Amino acid sequence: MSVILEVSGLNAFYKVRQPGKGKKQRRQVLYDISFQMEEGEILGLVGESGCGKSTLARTILSMVPDYQGKIECADEHPQMIFQDPYGSLNPSMKIGTILQEPLRNILKLPLEERQIRAAEMLKKVGLEEKYAAHYPSQLSGGQRQRVCIAASLMLHPGLLIADEPVSALDVTIQAQVLRLLLELKREMGLSILFISHDLRVVYQLCDHVMIMKDGRIVEQGETDEVYFSPRHEYTRRLLSAAGILETNEED
Amino acid sequence: MKKYALTKLIGMFFTINCVAFLVFLSFAVIPGDPALAKLGAQATPERLAAMRAQMGLDRPFWERFFSWLLCAIRGDFGTSYSYGTSVSAIIAEKLPVTLLLTGMSFIIMVTCSIPISIYTAKHEGGRIDRIILIVNQVIMAVPPFFAGILITYLFGLILHWFQPGAYVSFGQDPLKCLVYLLFPAVAIALPKTAMTVKLLRSSLLDEAKKDYVRTAYSKGNRTNGVLYRHVLKNAIIPVITFLGMTLTDMIAGSVIMEQVFSVPGIGRILISSISSRDYPVVEAVIVLMTFIVVTVNLLCDVICRIVDPRIRREV
Repeated sequence: MSVILEVSGLNAFYKVRQPGKGKKQRRQVLYDISFQMEEGEILGLVGESGCGKSTLARTILSMVPDYQGKIECADEHPQMIFQDPYGSLNPSMKIGTILQEPLRNILKLPLEERQIRAAEMLKKVGLEEKYAAHYPSQLSGGQRQRVCIAASLMLHPGLLIADEPVSALDVTIQAQVLRLLLELKREMGLSILFISHDLRVVYQLCDHVMIMKDGRIVEQGETDEVYFSPRHEYTRRLLSAAGILETNEED
Repeated sequence: MKKYALTKLIGMFFTINCVAFLVFLSFAVIPGDPALAKLGAQATPERLAAMRAQMGLDRPFWERFFSWLLCAIRGDFGTSYSYGTSVSAIIAEKLPVTLLLTGMSFIIMVTCSIPISIYTAKHEGGRIDRIILIVNQVIMAVPPFFAGILITYLFGLILHWFQPGAYVSFGQDPLKCLVYLLFPAVAIALPKTAMTVKLLRSSLLDEAKKDYVRTAYSKGNRTNGVLYRHVLKNAIIPVITFLGMTLTDMIAGSVIMEQVFSVPGIGRILISSISSRDYPVVEAVIVLMTFIVVTVNLLCDVICRIVDPRIRREV
């Protein structure tokens, strides 16, 4: 199997304006991140909020301009699914237009071709074709997240970054959306970097997992290994806080 | 949608009638006698009484109001006391001038404020942005009539770009007329432009912080694509209502500016009619202005509804 994403020695910075001081200051948010992703695998990225998970995702998508280190991605247009399906869709744009955006901006396809592909993708994510003419506010949370997934798959990416794709949804809808994600992965041969703070979902889904804390990866390895014999103190605390580690110890 | 339109129309009709009644009532209450104003202070009581009867002022209040209302609905606003001609004819002559002036100010405001807002929002915190913000603040604080006086002084008396007081009607020379009206139009538009820039700029910046903007970038949009295809449309929705209110405000503002620049529009006729107690003219002008205000508001609602799918859905 070939490597689809290789990150080594990655440091990333934000410019932060400190209150009271006029000049913006450079603050480091990612420290020496290195990992590899095989084609077709699901890699979990776990950590508390604010630890830099989303920043890592955005750096991989080159949305963070200030970074050092190497990011090698075999996929030309890696795509991302965002956490909040309510805010991440433009309220004044029809679903069809939203889906066509990447085709229009990157592939520069003509309108008819774009419409055909958008309709196909809607079917793929389990939505009827008529939704292309609807606005985001006319859809439920689960439907919106399906639209977000559809939009991210329009370019048939090899690598998909899912930034907490289900944490804003109801539990029943969560399961549906995750199942859809797995189906699409199998069908389209996706590799998924799955960002979450839900350790149980990560366990079900991921082949490998990385634990992140304060901008550093403290532990990484196969999911079973990390879950059943955690080496780092922080991993242990996370697992026991989620009630996973204790049950295992009792077994 | 049909129900919505019907409710709005009934509301409009009711508002206009209320205003008409209030104006009528205020004339009954405030001191001043049109017959006296017409005949002069030396008139004998007999002649005054005869004049009052001729003008219909001796009839009871309610009777006068309803007979006026019935005529007004048919488009007959009576005869002016001081000009002796029909009120409708006077308004038909003066209204185009005021509408032209207001229209020009509105166009100036919109065409200036939108590009400026976009520029300042795009370069937020930059040197030019900060300078524009300060200038904006100053312009907002200057009252329009003062701006009018300044413009008359600077462009009229010092630079001689136009001759203050020498208004040329559109029929005589369209170009000269437009050039003359440009100066009062700018005076009216200045503070409104500043307010629109302030509002639209902050609306753009608020909108640019939202999550869908991040999504738009991740879908291959560049800064301009995000700005024009995504942000602008959402940012302009709250501004549309403001623009509507401003348009009606501008009609009121033109009353003052017509005085400053001696433009023979509705505003001038309104003021001279109030001082000569020419009630039919005043009543008609005010009802007309109410009609314009209400119509513009309705238009704004409709435009917002078309632009903003979120409002449309709630109907």
